[in-house]
Amino acid sequence: MLEIKSLSVSIEDKQILDNLSLTVNAGEVAAIMGPNGSGKSTLAYVLAGKPAYEVRAGEILLDGENLLELKPTERALRGLFLAFQYPTEIPGVAAMTFLKAALNAQRRARGENDLTTPDFMRRVREAAQALKIDQEMLRRPLNVGFSGGEKKRFEVLQMALLAPRVGVLDETDSGLDIDALRIVAEGVNALRDPKRAFLVITHYQRLLDYIRPDVVHVMARGRIVATGGPELALELERNGYRDYAEEAA
Amino acid sequence: MAADQETVDRVRSIDVDAYKYGFISPIESDLAPKGLSEDTVRFISQKKGEPEWLLDWRLEAFRRWETMEEPNWARVSHPPIDYQDIYYFAAPKTGTAPKSLDEIDPELLRTYAKLGIPLVEQEILAGVERPRVAVDAVFDSVSIATTFKAELAKAGVIFCSFSDAVRNHPDLVRRYLGTVVPITDNFYATLNSAVFSDGSFVYVPPGVRCPMELSTYFRINEKNTGQFERTLIIADRGSYVSYLEGCTAPKRDENQLHAAVVELITLDDAEIKYSTVQNWYPGDSQGRGGIYNFVTKRGDCRGARSKISWTQVETGSAITWKYPSCILRGEASRGEFYSIAISNGHQQVDSGTKMIHLGRNTTSRIISKGVAAGKSQNTYRGQVSAHRLATGARNFTNCDSLLIGSECGAHTVPYIEAKNASAVIEHEATTSKVSEDQLFYCLQRGLSAEEATALIVNGFVRDVLQQLPMEFAVEAQKLISISLEGSVG
Repeated sequence: MLEIKSLSVSIEDKQILDNLSLTVNAGEVAAIMGPNGSGKSTLAYVLAGKPAYEVRAGEILLDGENLLELKPTERALRGLFLAFQYPTEIPGVAAMTFLKAALNAQRRARGENDLTTPDFMRRVREAAQALKIDQEMLRRPLNVGFSGGEKKRFEVLQMALLAPRVGVLDETDSGLDIDALRIVAEGVNALRDPKRAFLVITHYQRLLDYIRPDVVHVMARGRIVATGGPELALELERNGYRDYAEEAA
Repeated sequence: MAADQETVDRVRSIDVDAYKYGFISPIESDLAPKGLSEDTVRFISQKKGEPEWLLDWRLEAFRRWETMEEPNWARVSHPPIDYQDIYYFAAPKTGTAPKSLDEIDPELLRTYAKLGIPLVEQEILAGVERPRVAVDAVFDSVSIATTFKAELAKAGVIFCSFSDAVRNHPDLVRRYLGTVVPITDNFYATLNSAVFSDGSFVYVPPGVRCPMELSTYFRINEKNTGQFERTLIIADRGSYVSYLEGCTAPKRDENQLHAAVVELITLDDAEIKYSTVQNWYPGDSQGRGGIYNFVTKRGDCRGARSKISWTQVETGSAITWKYPSCILRGEASRGEFYSIAISNGHQQVDSGTKMIHLGRNTTSRIISKGVAAGKSQNTYRGQVSAHRLATGARNFTNCDSLLIGSECGAHTVPYIEAKNASAVIEHEATTSKVSEDQLFYCLQRGLSAEEATALIVNGFVRDVLQQLPMEFAVEAQKLISISLEGSVG
């Protein structure tokens, strides 16, 4: 479903991703683990099309279509969703307003009508309840003054409402206490679907206790250096990344 | 939320560089001879059947104007204006003033319908749901129709064209005209005093809360004409009125001059809320054409505890030169200025306010949001002064500027003057850019660059939008999106 082929990326002449290849199948949850600076977040941003990164070689195919030729908006409309590690604040724009604008933009791109306000409210209420997000938070400006946990829960709420083909979670566990982690993970688990794939980027094994991956990839120095089952994550937890960092060097 | 949705809808539905209100109505008009002389002034006064005192007042202004020079301190530039190459009076040719809506040229009514003005009160009487807004529409130089006249009269509120006021309420006009903006005030105000053609007049009697929003729509239709309307609003003791003005003009290659004067007067415990949505034609993407909007607006809080509040949404005009101000004369009176000024393309905006604290315990608040895009220049210019007797005066000013792109400019020029040691004047200012991160976040959720920009800008100006009456806030949001078209590449 998502195929990354020989991807090399640099930023300001510094190479970050080096000939990286990776395939994620429909219905799969793939974890990407790796030490700081291994290029995990860069991969997430390049998938979503963030400016400033220079793609020097390679392809990213979503259902056979090369995402690198598409603008960020078009990628989103093809069903690529990035849960940001650091969600951006937009003062003056209520979280609810933002949700509605995004949801309707995507519906229109599919040739569907805008949701009526009652229908929209009902969907938001249901999704928000599952993530223990109260309505008051949704009236506040987007991410402004949100706690770390609130920001991450709101990312997952957006993902739940936008129902993407591929969900990329960039260090969604960072800054979460154990209760928030569980809520967020349950939110992701509820979205698992045979037609949907997830790329779960994380530094720690902890998140994977709650979101159980089908495949674990280890990333170091801008490429995938090992691939295995969930047991690989436990091994990393015990032995750290040192072995892999050296192997890649 | 509905409003935001409409914003996005609007952005989707418009073509780039399309000024929605740029149609020209094929109406024959009655022009004064081109150019400006004593004869022009006499012609206008005679056309309007004015009393001697008003003609004299105009002539005095004209003679004064001949000795004056254009102000040049604003951060705007334009080729010299040839004041002899302008028509100073254009009235649609319909003979005498219409007595009811039935007598108005249907073409005019169609024009106003295109502008979305609820001019036809029959609809309301027939039970069609519409906001309760009484409208006076000014088309070029003549006031066309004032709706809800009878209902307002029941409350004792006078809302009519300026010309009607001169005819029917000469004492009120004579007592207050020029007492806030004297004929000697400034080049454009003096010009207006000499040649003003029509405008609106409002008088709210003591203790009356005006039962509905009052509104005027101005439209320049005729080629080569200036529009010089004059508005005078008096809120007598303990009264309240909310007034809105909207402005549009057709697209033309040449620049057109608009030099209006607005005078507001509040007596003891009275309040005037004055809102403007200004959408004059801004010129094309190359900076050709567009309105020169050189306007003098001033309110005089003459009575104790009185209040004047200006709210403006400025998205149009090639050049805006406008400083709605408050003279805080009455003890414990209050002035407010809420502004959204958006510039794109080659627009130049130099706008702001003056809060002149004369009385004791007077307070003022200024919230200004400037958004500059394209190659535009956007200046906030403000003056806050506390005079010697203004013990306990307080002001709070907040000026925020938002830049979109790298070819535009935002400038803040505050003058602060305190002659009374007890005065407290606070000034906050920020300048920021729409960040790449904010844009990217929106794009990642499927919004287009234009939708994203409109959303971010609407968030930036929200504090001020909330000051507008509901239906105008929706209108203003749409305008903001339209005026930012093409600002992201």
